[in-house]
Amino acid sequence: MSENFPILIVLLPLSAALLSPLFSYLHRDLGRWLVTLAIACSLGCSIGCLQQTLASGEAIHYWMGNWAPPLGIEFVIDPLNATVATVANFVALMGAIYGAPFLKKSSWLETGGYYTLYGLLATGLSGMIITGDVFNLYVFLEIASLSGYGLIAMGGQRSVLASFRYLLIGTIGASFYLLGVGYLYAITGTLNMADMAVRIVPLIDTPSFKIVVGLFIVGFGIKMALFPLHGWQPDSYTYAHPAAAALIAGIMGKVPIYACIRYFYFIFAASGAAIGMGLQIMGIMACCGIILGSVMAIAQKDFRRMLAYSSVAQIGYLIVGMALGNVYGLIGAVLHLINHAFMKGSLFLFIGGVQYRYGEVNIDKFGQLYRKMPIACWMFVIAALSMVGLPPTAGFFSKWYLVLGSMEAGPVGYFYIAIIIISSLLNAIYFFRVIEKIFINPDAGLKEVNPQKGKLELPWQMLLPILIMGIGILVLGLSNATIVSDVLQFALPEVLIK
Amino acid sequence: MTETVIVSIRPFLAVGISLLAAFLIMLSDKANPNVREAWTLLAAFGKFAIIASMMPFVWQGGVYEYTLFNIVEGIGFTLRTDACGMLFAGLSSFLWILTSFYSIGYMRGHHEKNQTGYFAAFAVCMSAAMGIAMAGNLVTLFIFFEILTVATYPLVAHKRNEEATFSGRKYLIYTLTSGQLFLAGIVFIYLFTGTTEFNAGGIAGLGEAAPVWVLQIMFFMLCLGGMIKAGMMPFHGWLVSAMVAPTPVSALLHAVAVVKAGAFVVLRIVGYVYGPQLLLEIHAADWLAYLAAFTIVTSSLIAMKQDNLKRRLAFSTVGQLSYVVLGTCILAPYSLVGAMFHIVAHAVMKITLFFCAGAIYVTTHKENISDMKGIGKQMPFTMTAFTIASLGIAGMPFIVGLISKFHIAAGALQMDEPIYVVVLIISALLSLSYLMPVSFNAFFKENEKGDFQKYGEARKDMLIPLCTTAVLAIILGIAPNFGLNLFDLAKTAAESITQGMIGGGW
Amino acid sequence: MIESLNQFLAAKGIYILTLILFFLGIYGMIMCRNYMKKLMSMNIMQVAVIFFFLCLGQKDGGTLPILQTGLTNPDLYVNPLPHALMLTAIVVSLGTTGVAIALLLRIRENYGSVEEEEILRRVDE
Repeated sequence: MSENFPILIVLLPLSAALLSPLFSYLHRDLGRWLVTLAIACSLGCSIGCLQQTLASGEAIHYWMGNWAPPLGIEFVIDPLNATVATVANFVALMGAIYGAPFLKKSSWLETGGYYTLYGLLATGLSGMIITGDVFNLYVFLEIASLSGYGLIAMGGQRSVLASFRYLLIGTIGASFYLLGVGYLYAITGTLNMADMAVRIVPLIDTPSFKIVVGLFIVGFGIKMALFPLHGWQPDSYTYAHPAAAALIAGIMGKVPIYACIRYFYFIFAASGAAIGMGLQIMGIMACCGIILGSVMAIAQKDFRRMLAYSSVAQIGYLIVGMALGNVYGLIGAVLHLINHAFMKGSLFLFIGGVQYRYGEVNIDKFGQLYRKMPIACWMFVIAALSMVGLPPTAGFFSKWYLVLGSMEAGPVGYFYIAIIIISSLLNAIYFFRVIEKIFINPDAGLKEVNPQKGKLELPWQMLLPILIMGIGILVLGLSNATIVSDVLQFALPEVLIK
Repeated sequence: MTETVIVSIRPFLAVGISLLAAFLIMLSDKANPNVREAWTLLAAFGKFAIIASMMPFVWQGGVYEYTLFNIVEGIGFTLRTDACGMLFAGLSSFLWILTSFYSIGYMRGHHEKNQTGYFAAFAVCMSAAMGIAMAGNLVTLFIFFEILTVATYPLVAHKRNEEATFSGRKYLIYTLTSGQLFLAGIVFIYLFTGTTEFNAGGIAGLGEAAPVWVLQIMFFMLCLGGMIKAGMMPFHGWLVSAMVAPTPVSALLHAVAVVKAGAFVVLRIVGYVYGPQLLLEIHAADWLAYLAAFTIVTSSLIAMKQDNLKRRLAFSTVGQLSYVVLGTCILAPYSLVGAMFHIVAHAVMKITLFFCAGAIYVTTHKENISDMKGIGKQMPFTMTAFTIASLGIAGMPFIVGLISKFHIAAGALQMDEPIYVVVLIISALLSLSYLMPVSFNAFFKENEKGDFQKYGEARKDMLIPLCTTAVLAIILGIAPNFGLNLFDLAKTAAESITQGMIGGGW
Repeated sequence: MIESLNQFLAAKGIYILTLILFFLGIYGMIMCRNYMKKLMSMNIMQVAVIFFFLCLGQKDGGTLPILQTGLTNPDLYVNPLPHALMLTAIVVSLGTTGVAIALLLRIRENYGSVEEEEILRRVDE
């Protein structure tokens, strides 16, 4: 059983997603339970894989249909992607539980359809993370994107437009990636990542390779909303279906970064002038994005839009960590990937809760919200402090590693430090502004859209994920030394360990 | 002198007890206020008991140490109780008891809103202050430092009107900015020396780790965190705005936790990270001493012009805190003793002054000094306490302020820098001239409007704490080792910092 | 002259043409004010990528990649892998187009038009 874990990570949500409409037809709740259960099992499998790979110290190879690579497609699970997959599936599970109240009044088809898309999104993201084949990655990328378009379009009237725009831009990104794969295939003659890592070595200085790097930066840059390719992102995050926003904002933007790390550090082994140049360019773009994203976030009144711009900035943190090219930087990037998935997920869960109960997303209307939704608001405070990077929340620790890496990188790094510091302060401005509104401003007299009876401020399906994610941020922060020494240390690429 | 180290979780208990209390206070929001206050008092006494139980061993030069877990790789979440830390911890845990009683009296007497949040934030502040006092390395210190920053914010913005909100923002801008620079400095220290552990006399090998100018800049960045929290000029803006907060908060801000934590951080960096020897070589502490001297004089001058009593006291705090920084940055053994003991001395005196100001405000709703003519007849105890503390601030013999100032001055002479002695004398005269008129007004002027007749003395639960601290100021002035042996602790700490110090003019 | 042109076209020309086609698609997606036309440009772009891959698999004198008895030299076959990949890519592109058309239908329902200006005007209202 346990040797089949890798494929089950993808297969379970995939089959559940496809069966979801049928089950929903039988009973409206069955489809939802099926997908939730499948994602939970997938999470279990990810954790199982993580344990296996950590225990054995080697990557798990799973040959699809028992075709040996490089001919067959394989899933490769090492500590890095097992960690990312675990986090992705965890957030997906939280989102799946969280979605129920939103679909309470909808028809069986809508419920079933929503969970089909949701399951497919989880499938696509997990697939992208664990695959060991470059073209396979493209397929999963498109699965995730297509279901993502659907989930964004389900958010309401404005969302259809946002979704369509995202579709156009996202397809450009995917096409760039596909072109890059074409070039790589042309020069190396293989699609298997491990095989490619060997064959690429003599070709690292060829012009074709430089083109590949350029294409990947644009392709992944669009998908991860790297400044200045982030145009699609604010609208999409803002108008996405509130129940799916946590997964879309928390994980969907991160997986391309994981893919970038996989390519640049594991397959191309960060060697050659082209990679160095590419990383530097990405670093500069990221710095611009950090500042611009933070400034734009300050200007927003819509909480979700503020979060979306803040994501542009936070993506920049990850890229900076990646661009630094030293151990601390990469640890910081991966740690921030995990932390930010939790923070952003938790913030979107919070605003989803407010939206569900009061139908309001305008920051100015949040006066005295903490009296009405105390738990959600306190969890929001934790997430906000973490975004600012104040200890002992998780955000501080990833920042610690990023600053450490920057400091080690020398003069270029000092520039990054300045950017990180400025951005933390800008983050503080827009998050403390919201905290101020929630705790200090006079009551805004919100009207309940979905009145809540009983003691709980939200249905338990929503409150539970909010609580778990919020406390998760603290737990991640306090246990980060363990995470780094027991997991991430083994997830580093070989180039850096030397 | 080798330190005996005992691995014990007690330091963490001391920190944790008020965090737990904060949590319980939040939970008993809707319960009877007495239950809520019971938690506060229970935690205050519990914390003091834990600290006091550790004292005897620390007096003998021992250290309690405990690492709960690793914060980041290679850096533990460590609390250790060295002499310097225990001085601050003992002081603040004791004053917290008094402040708790006083707060309860003030908040009830004044019918403040949101008391639950107030007491909870207060408890968190005390945990953070305790953590700062006992932190064993820079990262642990930084964690508590930022917790203190965040926990103080709701206290500053407590009144929830426009002015309070604005002060809150100002406070955050100042402190968060300095916090980030502090962080960058810590990272630098860690990267260049491979450790962030405090070491009396400085972290070994720091001097060779980087060029002098880098060391100087990093010293500035590290100290900036402490300086802003300590309200040194030109970074004192937030402290004065924060006067909108309720008076017990001001007392906490100004006397016990926040500003003292700032001064304490400077002390830690000078004494335990850079070390006096290195600082003498790179001349980084000189400008800090100049700035402190400048602040001492200027703030006294500004204080004279303030009519609002709390604002006047705020500027007085700005000046007095700079004594600590000055004493630290003179880098002489005597001045270090003086600086550390001034943390104690100023806390006792300033808390008395703020308690008095609050008592006057709650009883008579007067905030301005010009309105307080003749108030001494109605509130004799309060105003006597106020006078004692004022004289102490000015450096009157037999009151605690003299001892610390004397040591700072002695240190300045040790280092052949008599200019600082002049500064101290000027400042003493200036503080007399801005604090004495308050007492003079209260006792010797006639109440022209006659509107004090209806008021009596302050409530008991406010009066007793402020009398206690005033008496304490005198007792400590005569017997500085009274109670917690704080003076000896300061001496031990200064000796450990300056041990093996060569040169320096004595 | 003509020879060298022929050589160039044989070696790189087809790639240049696909590149032109690709950027033509992107140009269309950026410049067209009509969402339907944007969608069509997107398809052009995807087709260019597919062409690119197919050209990669092409070999001079290669034959169908179906095993024929006695013919074991791989150089004699056209590379089948890019074709297989492109089958997938075509499916993906079809799926994307399908989703896009569905979205367009909804946009038309909501805003009564697929012209960008018209839609933006209505969004602002």
